[in-house]
Amino acid sequence: MEHIPILKMGEYLLVSIQVDMHDQLAITLQNDLAEKIAKTGAKGVLIDISALDIVDSFIGRMLGNIASISKVLGAETVLVGMQPAVAITLVELGLSLKGMHTALNVEKGMQLLSRLTGKDQDYTSRKQ
Amino acid sequence: MEAAIEEKTIKIKESNDVVTVRREAREYAEKLGFNLLEQTKIVTAASEIARNAIVFGGGGIARFTTIEKPDKRGLQISFIDHGPGIEDIEAAMKDGYTTGGGLGLGLGGTKRLMDEFHIRSEPGKGTSVTIVKYL
Repeated sequence: MEHIPILKMGEYLLVSIQVDMHDQLAITLQNDLAEKIAKTGAKGVLIDISALDIVDSFIGRMLGNIASISKVLGAETVLVGMQPAVAITLVELGLSLKGMHTALNVEKGMQLLSRLTGKDQDYTSRKQ
Repeated sequence: MEAAIEEKTIKIKESNDVVTVRREAREYAEKLGFNLLEQTKIVTAASEIARNAIVFGGGGIARFTTIEKPDKRGLQISFIDHGPGIEDIEAAMKDGYTTGGGLGLGLGGTKRLMDEFHIRSEPGKGTSVTIVKYL
């Protein structure tokens, strides 16, 4: 079965969706991520969707599910890299991904993830 | 001069066929000269309706037709299934309406993305949805 790779970096899991997202693949990713969070105790998940040229209601719902499941398992999720045309279409379609953390790109997403998981407090206290 | 109408019909049966519909829709939209945002809207709309036809209608066909009139150019995509049909179309068009455990955004949302949206359904016979976007 086809899987989207999940990379582990410290306490975070990184996913970059580079293929055309069919429904089963989205469900598989949701399940794989849940297992991986449970197994690794990851505190954060970063999902890069810059290569996705559409997000329809099903994919949007799966991304929302992933964020909710991660939260229940103790990890924060940040979605990054959504193309402007995809964002406009998604909102017009009626899906606003409320409750999901988003950032413009991977770098900003990692910063947000650090803040959400309390890492940057350590960073600032070290700096002082 | 009126250019020839180009038409293509593909069968949609399995959930993977949604991806095929998206690719065809992208190709047609690109070829006709729609900009990126319009392409994205067309592909997203096609994806929604194709999934409905497969999940609720048990599959059917998707037909792509280019509209080449002296005053209007555009893309028309029709989805025809022979599933159970929709009892109450008016209710099904509302955001939030769902029978399949989804978010119920498919129909109403899709209509907003396109210039024309036509739906015909007969309980027990099937559903046909036609969406159109003009350049």
